[in-house]
Amino acid sequence: MTEKVETLIEIKNLTFSRGERKIFDGITLSIPKGKITAIMGPSGSGKTTLLKLIAGQLPPDSGEVYVEGLNVHQLSRKRLYQLRRKMGMLFQSGALLADLNVFENVAFPLREHTKLPEEMIYALVLMKLQAVGLRGAKEMMPSELSGGMSRRVALARGIALDPEMIFYDEPFVGQDPITKGVLVKLIQTLNESLGLTSVLVSHDVDEVMMIADYICVISEGKLIAEGTKEELLKESTGYVNQFINGLPDGPVPFHFPSASYAEDLEGVQAGKGGLR
Amino acid sequence: MSGFQRFLQNLGQGSLEKVAAFGRGSLFIWSILMATPSALFRFDLLLKQIYVAGVLSLPIILMAGLFVGMVLSLQGYNILVEFNAEEAVGSMTALSLLRELGPVVGGLLFAGRAGSALTAEIGLMRSTEQISALEMMAVDPLKFIYAPRFLAVIIALPLLVLIFNALGVFGGYLVSVSWLGVDSGAFWSQMTSQVDWQEDVLNGIIKSIAFGVLIAVIALFQGVNAIPSSEGVSSATTRTVVHASLGILGLDFILTSIMFN
Amino acid sequence: MKKQTKIEIWVGAFVLMSLMALAYIAFQVSNFSSWKDRPTYEVSALFDNIGGLKERGPLKLSGVVIGRVTAIEIDPVSFKARVHMKIDQAFNQLPVDSSVSILTSGLLGDQYLGLDPGGDEEVLRQGSEIEMTQSAMVLEELIGQFLVKFSESD
Repeated sequence: MTEKVETLIEIKNLTFSRGERKIFDGITLSIPKGKITAIMGPSGSGKTTLLKLIAGQLPPDSGEVYVEGLNVHQLSRKRLYQLRRKMGMLFQSGALLADLNVFENVAFPLREHTKLPEEMIYALVLMKLQAVGLRGAKEMMPSELSGGMSRRVALARGIALDPEMIFYDEPFVGQDPITKGVLVKLIQTLNESLGLTSVLVSHDVDEVMMIADYICVISEGKLIAEGTKEELLKESTGYVNQFINGLPDGPVPFHFPSASYAEDLEGVQAGKGGLR
Repeated sequence: MSGFQRFLQNLGQGSLEKVAAFGRGSLFIWSILMATPSALFRFDLLLKQIYVAGVLSLPIILMAGLFVGMVLSLQGYNILVEFNAEEAVGSMTALSLLRELGPVVGGLLFAGRAGSALTAEIGLMRSTEQISALEMMAVDPLKFIYAPRFLAVIIALPLLVLIFNALGVFGGYLVSVSWLGVDSGAFWSQMTSQVDWQEDVLNGIIKSIAFGVLIAVIALFQGVNAIPSSEGVSSATTRTVVHASLGILGLDFILTSIMFN
Repeated sequence: MKKQTKIEIWVGAFVLMSLMALAYIAFQVSNFSSWKDRPTYEVSALFDNIGGLKERGPLKLSGVVIGRVTAIEIDPVSFKARVHMKIDQAFNQLPVDSSVSILTSGLLGDQYLGLDPGGDEEVLRQGSEIEMTQSAMVLEELIGQFLVKFSESD
């Protein structure tokens, strides 16, 4: 039985290069609404760049990105900023504003974009902090927070304006197991309770498998697999299999390209007088 | 390709890069100028930046102004007394300060303190993705971060130079009259007769505004284009101080030739 | 917001300090009080030799500054130096037969214009020309005259 799923974000034939290197080569993928979609791939495959392309922070060489049916890169600056208000983003480093405390950081988007009275802002900020479990840290400065805590505060800030979609850029990297567990729970709970569309960029297979409804695997600038986690786990060969199961050898070879072993050794013997 | 041909090629490439950098810089400055009016609406941001650029530079400007004025008068006295013209030490000190030393020395100190701090702050904000985060939160960093800082530098430097000059003259008075015994009446009357409001004071203020613009442009440009790593930010900071200092000296020569010909 | 008020106070103090510095410079240091926005009228005079007289040089009456040199140029008709000057409107009763001389302040000081009032009923107005002028005394000519007189007296 297939559900009729609405697509929130569509990427069509996107090509993007940084300098000489082609990061994306005509990639096409869709992100369904209301679900948690994970974008996976090896380090350096441009996953963070993809988020920036979706948000209109970077322009593509060719191809289009549609969010809610709007072509992101053709929007005027004003309309683009309006669209961004519906997006929440969690950066890898948290990216809290360093000279504001936790409360002020979460209140920031509310103060900048709404004219709500201070009492309402206070209540809303406390609510968001409560959702991530950091209401008690509201007076602390970002420099005093641990990595996991600053990501949770950044998450609270990301949902401050009640966005429709939220992007997570490598949220689990470098976190201890407890923090990872907390983040996993938060991502899942928020997605359900707030009806969000979550896009998760990560290469942590275990965590992704726990919560993702839909997975896209990227490698060498192309989409090489997409589907639910059940469908992907069924892949027994190929790149997807190697990636998901963490196999050391496969389509991504263990050995760095070189001449054959025998030839290399002959070189050593030849240096010793050419004995065969 | 011979060595000479390669030399020419590098020269050409380097020059083209410099021109491209200049072009990018100009576009950047243009976009900041466009954002400046809205910065005036966010007065709280502007105020905070004037505090950072101006008030925090006060200690160094106060001390430097006082000492420069005192040394000027001391040396001036030593030289003028040979010609029995020591009563002119007041006007000499005042003119040197108002026309040259106030704007230039004040500008150099300001470039070192506030200019480098500005570049470092922006470089750091970029490398910790705070600028990106602002863009994602639909807040325009041009209006929120760059324009207020740009304006604050241009406002702060002339004000600081005024204070520098006043303190310098006062320091000169302390040394000449209280210490070296120059007649107080002669000190002030020679000064007021020689120092012209339009020619000397106003021109000095114009110079300090010009230097302020120069420092603001260089500091912001280096900060925004810094490579977002710790070495990148530190070399950008150094570049700000060096370029701004040389720029001030060069611009001072140009302005002086125009103003005091 | 406590932090905000602290910033506002400091910036206010900073601006106040610089305004005080400006006032100090304007009134104590420069000649601000004298010439700005005081209404003046322009007259001119022809000289054979202006010596070291410069623009902005003072015009003094009995030692009191009442005006300034605004421009010095060569008169195309007489090939003499025409000196333009502005006089404070407060002194608009100067007779047309007043004379103006180029004098030296002290022995080796700056040169200035000294006005010696005449007795005519008509007064100098905007655009008037002062007829009676005394050029600067050039040191070399003086020495030359002195030497001639000295040798003659033998």
